[in-house]
Amino acid sequence: MSERVPVLRIGDILLVSIQVDLEDQAVLNLQEDLADQIVTRAARGVVIDITAVEIVDSFVGRMLATIASISRLLDAETVVVGMRPAVAITLVELGLSLGGVRTALDLEKGLALLRRSASGADPR
Amino acid sequence: MAKQGTGSGLVGLLSADEGSLADQWIDSVVGSLKGRISKAEVGRELHELYGALVEALRAGGTDAQSQEMSETRALLTELSRNRARQGFTPTETAISVLALKRVLEPALNGGSAADVAAYLELGRLLDDLALFTLETYARAREEIISAQAVQLMELSTPVVKLWDGVVAVPLVGTLDSARTQVVMEKLLQALVETGSEQAIIDITGVPAVDTQVAQHLLKTIVAARLMGADCTVSGIRPQIAQTIVALGIEFGDIVTKATLADALKLALTRSGVDLVTRGGDQR
Repeated sequence: MSERVPVLRIGDILLVSIQVDLEDQAVLNLQEDLADQIVTRAARGVVIDITAVEIVDSFVGRMLATIASISRLLDAETVVVGMRPAVAITLVELGLSLGGVRTALDLEKGLALLRRSASGADPR
Repeated sequence: MAKQGTGSGLVGLLSADEGSLADQWIDSVVGSLKGRISKAEVGRELHELYGALVEALRAGGTDAQSQEMSETRALLTELSRNRARQGFTPTETAISVLALKRVLEPALNGGSAADVAAYLELGRLLDDLALFTLETYARAREEIISAQAVQLMELSTPVVKLWDGVVAVPLVGTLDSARTQVVMEKLLQALVETGSEQAIIDITGVPAVDTQVAQHLLKTIVAARLMGADCTVSGIRPQIAQTIVALGIEFGDIVTKATLADALKLALTRSGVDLVTRGGDQR
């Protein structure tokens, strides 16, 4: 059985911090876990921290988009935080602009973004 | 043995009247350079070269690529690099070697058949050395050009911080894929380092926007968005706006502003800064 990425809870926000380069099975497990957790914990937001991720491929790029879509269906908003410049450039070159995913520079700004949108102050 | 013979013949030719030959050589080279290098400097260079050449011939080297000629080649490399850096033409560089042939010509008058053979052999050697000089010269010039290209690339893409959390890239000159890459990397790096959430790309200095340039701009903006920053394009001149529309380029939901000032104002508003005049009226 492959390793699982832990899903942490802060208030009504779920935090997923990806620390290693993900294998495909781990990605699928994460999607499952996250969907479960959003429902059981009634989460309102999901923060995916990819500060430690140095290499991405189209599969990981699609994972981010898929997780965002799943969360939106379950009425939770997804913010991807801490993307490295090299990773951003790679995703752009791959043609993945992650349309429905919101992004923030770091965890702090990501949490602030979720707080703002929850209070309705942020019209985006 | 025969090789030894020609070698010593060459040495004889060169060292027959060593002092005056070298002086004539220096004079003719200085004349061709039109006083852009002092005679003393040319004299020093050529004396060393002359010495090395005679030394190499004495050691039996008759081929420009031979082991014995390595000292001569090193001196020539230095000479042609200096010439390239100082902006001399290829002719002016090669003449430094070829002038020696001309200086030796009078020695042919009334010379024996052995002298003539030695001269021809030396002529071939000097031609090879002149070619070597030209090659080094061209290589030095190319190094200078590529170094300048790198410098230009770095000079032309500064990322400036306009406010806490607002950075701007004033683009000057045409955008190609290599420059876009540099701009993208620098901008994204600056976003991380300064923790900025607002980025402005100012294209006032971009002379023309075509579909390719627009494509490059869009890529940069999407990458900045992926990192979690908002990107605004500013400095679109009237003609450029017309071109963009005529080409049918879609900027989608990317905010564009006419001037950098407008873009800065928007960025400040977005980051929660209110601009208030001293009278108290909000602008």
